[in-house]
Amino acid sequence: MPHLHDDKIKFLEQKANDIRQSIIEMLVEAGSGHTAGPLGMTDIFTAFYFHILNHDPKNPAMEDRDHLILSNGHICPVQYAAMAHAGYFPIEELKTLRKFGTRLQGHPHRGSLPGVETTSGPLGSGLSQAAGYAYGARMDNKKFRVYCLMSDGEQDAGNTWEAAMFAGKNKLNNLTALIDRNNIQIDGMTEDIMPLENLRAKYEAFNWHVLEINGHNFEEIVNATEEAKAIYEKPTLIVAHTIPGKGIKEIEFDYKWHGIPPNKDQAAKFLSELRTLSGKITSGHQ
Amino acid sequence: MPINPNAKLVSNLLDLKTIEQAPTRKGYGEGLLEAGEKNEKVVALCADLTESTQMHLFAKKFPERFIEIGVAEQNMATVASGLANYGKIPFISSYAMFSPGRNWEQIRTTICYNNVPVKIAGSHVGVSVGPDGATHQAIEDIAITRPIPNITVINPCDMHEAKKATLAAVSIDGPIYLRFHREKTPVFTTPDTPFQIGRAEVVWDPEKGSPSSDDSGRLSLLDVAIIACGPLVHNAILAAAELEKAGIKVRVINNHTIKPMDEKTIIQAAKDADAIVTVEEHQVQGGMGSAVAEVLARNYPVPIEFIGVQNRFGESGAPNELIEHFGMGVSHIIGAVKKVLARKHV
Repeated sequence: MPHLHDDKIKFLEQKANDIRQSIIEMLVEAGSGHTAGPLGMTDIFTAFYFHILNHDPKNPAMEDRDHLILSNGHICPVQYAAMAHAGYFPIEELKTLRKFGTRLQGHPHRGSLPGVETTSGPLGSGLSQAAGYAYGARMDNKKFRVYCLMSDGEQDAGNTWEAAMFAGKNKLNNLTALIDRNNIQIDGMTEDIMPLENLRAKYEAFNWHVLEINGHNFEEIVNATEEAKAIYEKPTLIVAHTIPGKGIKEIEFDYKWHGIPPNKDQAAKFLSELRTLSGKITSGHQ
Repeated sequence: MPINPNAKLVSNLLDLKTIEQAPTRKGYGEGLLEAGEKNEKVVALCADLTESTQMHLFAKKFPERFIEIGVAEQNMATVASGLANYGKIPFISSYAMFSPGRNWEQIRTTICYNNVPVKIAGSHVGVSVGPDGATHQAIEDIAITRPIPNITVINPCDMHEAKKATLAAVSIDGPIYLRFHREKTPVFTTPDTPFQIGRAEVVWDPEKGSPSSDDSGRLSLLDVAIIACGPLVHNAILAAAELEKAGIKVRVINNHTIKPMDEKTIIQAAKDADAIVTVEEHQVQGGMGSAVAEVLARNYPVPIEFIGVQNRFGESGAPNELIEHFGMGVSHIIGAVKKVLARKHV
């Protein structure tokens, strides 16, 4: 049984496009920040905020909501944009990213913006926080789920594997982790910097249930999170294969776009590409 | 005797032969057990050192609320952050060298910046760890914790105070670092001794009406104030008793809360004595004495001498032998008092 009907998929595709445009607009306004990761994770964040999560944007502290813990905080522009489009705060506020006094800190801070579940940025410490959260919730027989979104680069970190061992040992079936497997990190390709493969085998050896998906296919994203709910003896890891910079042809797969924003000219070009769906449509927006 | 009666200390305070000896970590273990009985949100995490950190009492009574992490202190801090974020009150235990040593950034970012109520209990601080040697002797832990916003830092002076501090930690809705010592040390306070986080206690003060005159002819009730924390407070009292015999009027302050510091009591001591000696089992750089100096430099600068480890690593040996070797014995405190008195009116 498919979990998504065609109309919902079209809706999600349009939301993702809107969010990508917001990301470009935020980054050019901020003048610093990360581009590739947020664009690559846009479809996944869209799926979470517009379909998967049990949450209430008007009541971020809703009792027993699902919890999305972002471990690699540097891709927060996509989280902020998804949250704004979902109704957590006005879309206009996205332009305050990284500016003095903003709620949209350069890396997310729990105390700054309602709906941000934890502070993150220093890599490798999100999975263990999510595991702690899931452990506590299970002690109290809570039924909500804890999701942890990670990068592949932070699989270099020892703390990540300490957490993987802990979650595997404790069979945290209310925890679903997802790795943004885009193969890039700041200094280059992950397999050159510090080879991660075989990721699936490694997590399986740590007592996790592992799924691999196309991170740009909404049906696969949703089906994987649904399958995870049915796994009772293990936490689930979703290895989501993504394209860094997805949606902007000229920067896709280019690790140099990991940690930089577009300039004004580039942003105009990128926005035009998104608004015309890569030239498939023409409109007054151009 | 110039013991502050309000401090309700033991009567055999100065008798090393008869005074009870127990490690502060034991008070932690008992306090944690009681905290668990009083509050079901309290959970305990340990990094493969359950018995030596005294967490075994809690683990035995509340196995469903005890979480064994293994030798992974960074994971312990971050799992605890998640548990606290969810709504639990986690205590995390290891040797201070590893927590808050090895996992400092996780404590700083995921506990203190998140401002969640994780209680960090670092055991085996100071050179008095003894035979294990320098690798396991945490003497930099105050320096790395006290600059972090939102955290409270406490170094209890004996077993009773350790228990009180542990129980009080639960009532603080935020992170706290408690530092404990491995070795048995004199139990010189009683269950009735007052303890309040953020309030330094005067444990020794000259009896009123016996002013001494200094070289300038000025009448003074006090020659020097010794501000100490941890079990070395007892050494400071022994030093004060000796100095009293020589006619030197001393106030001893148990400055257990290093952050937030009781500035009022510290400033008053500087005003009353015009000379300060600080005593701690920690590097003198960045420790409790440094924090006292920060307060006094801003408010009432007076000469200060610092007793503590002087920019060196520890080494193996018997605890008392190491306290003496590293210059934290009674005779060293007396020497520091004489030195600061000589500087006082130059």
